[in-house]
Amino acid sequence: MGNFSNTFSSSLGKKLVMSLTGLFMCSFLVVHLVGNLQLFKHDGGLAFNTYAYFMTHFPPIKVVSYLLYTSIVLHAIYALVLTMKNKKARPIGYAVTNGKANSPWTSRNMGILGTVLLVFIIIHMNTFWAKYHWGGVPYKKYVIELQNPEHVQVTDLPISSVEPVHTDAVDLQSGSRVVIAKDLYLIVQNAFESPLYVAFYVLAMAALSFHLIHGFRSAFQTLGWDHKKYIPLIRFIGVWGFGLLIPIVFAAMPLFFLFKTFS
Amino acid sequence: MSGHMNLTLKVWRQKNENDRGGFITYKATDISPDMSFLEMLDVVNESLVKRGEDPIYFDHDCREGICGMCSLYINGRPHGPKRAITTCQLHMRSFSDGETITIEPWRSAAFPVIKDLATNRAAFERIQQAGGFVSVGTGGVPDANEIPIPKVIADEAFNSATCIGCGACVAACKNASAMLFVSAKISQLALLPQGQQERYQRAQAMVAQMDEEGFGNCTNTGACEAECPKEISLTNIARMNREFFSAKFFKEEEIR
Ligand code: SF4
Ligand code: FES
Repeated sequence: MGNFSNTFSSSLGKKLVMSLTGLFMCSFLVVHLVGNLQLFKHDGGLAFNTYAYFMTHFPPIKVVSYLLYTSIVLHAIYALVLTMKNKKARPIGYAVTNGKANSPWTSRNMGILGTVLLVFIIIHMNTFWAKYHWGGVPYKKYVIELQNPEHVQVTDLPISSVEPVHTDAVDLQSGSRVVIAKDLYLIVQNAFESPLYVAFYVLAMAALSFHLIHGFRSAFQTLGWDHKKYIPLIRFIGVWGFGLLIPIVFAAMPLFFLFKTFS
Repeated sequence: MSGHMNLTLKVWRQKNENDRGGFITYKATDISPDMSFLEMLDVVNESLVKRGEDPIYFDHDCREGICGMCSLYINGRPHGPKRAITTCQLHMRSFSDGETITIEPWRSAAFPVIKDLATNRAAFERIQQAGGFVSVGTGGVPDANEIPIPKVIADEAFNSATCIGCGACVAACKNASAMLFVSAKISQLALLPQGQQERYQRAQAMVAQMDEEGFGNCTNTGACEAECPKEISLTNIARMNREFFSAKFFKEEEIR
């Protein structure tokens, strides 16, 4: 145990925590993105709302979600500790510095970018996650014809003192599938009616982009994985996948709802 | 004398470790573009001595890029604006006539200023003493190919071994991290057969000493690699991380 704690209190151990939690969050981003593509469907939120229910109730995913919350917290705490140590390592700064001569901008601004992302995560979870869990989200009822699944009949359930029960059942008599689900889709739609809120999301995704352009490949370097053959691939995925594709598709979601509101 | 330059120098002057220090501006006149940066400072110092003033104190020894003593942070970059050279190998033709040049010492808590531009880099020595050696007798010169080492490995070890311990990596790093230096010193032995016996102990001991000295933590900006006069690469840091994590998680060797 002594060895263990002294591993994680060492500089390289702390960096290992940053790397592993960072990569775990990256893998989450992919899942989150793919799941959220349901938002683009024109089905009154059926796919998205069933997906949201699944993600919050399927036990293995719940375990992973707790791992994720832990990762976010650890990543932020270790970043703070490391930054403070780094400040202490150079108590008197230079009068003239020329960082751009020797290092990319993203690599020198991970702390600022990370702080923007932390604020974003707090606001984001407060708007959707907290609301979904405790915010009295209204329910919707979907009746899908089994013969013709494209045909979905959507009704808002009245808000009553007894909360409806989540249902997903097939009614053979009427030949339809009935789904009653919390309408997170509506919350998303409402939130993204505000241009200011959407602008904040787009800004945060820009920060995400810059954070990951450096962060993704940096995580592999910290792990010590810098095989000549695979590093170009890691860099490619880091820049084009995590740095551009993922933030852009995420940013497209609030913009999609904003344009829907205004058109 | 045509072609000679006149420069303004903003130089960090500090009497001793405890002095607060500050910048003093000097004129460097009639400087030949073919002088090295240190020769330019010699000229300035001569004029200071003539005027009865205390000359600017700076470290230097070999003046040919092999000892690693010269350590000036010039216009925001260690060893000045050129790649892969030390301050003593920097020529005044890299500057333009009339330019203002700011000269500072390496800034790191682990490298306290001794005087003016000279810092105490004994922290590096203590890291080396913690494990940067092979403690078995090396004996006489072995016959050629008695110990087979693949060429690529020999080359890589040699590249790592070219680190002159100047500390520019620490100076350049926004976190004042010494990981490029430490990783080069770990690598040069980890790669070779002679370094195997103490391989994992070494990685742990040297990293522990590095932390103890109060160097910062690498964030993989790559500034060290870009500023290193010997072009020590970031691969060394990745290798150090591998050595350290293997030692901690997969080996049984403990630090003495
Ligand atoms: S790694 Fe390069 S910059 Fe650092 S001490 Fe060695 S030679 Fe100097
Ligand atoms: S004086 Fe020896 S390297 Fe510059």
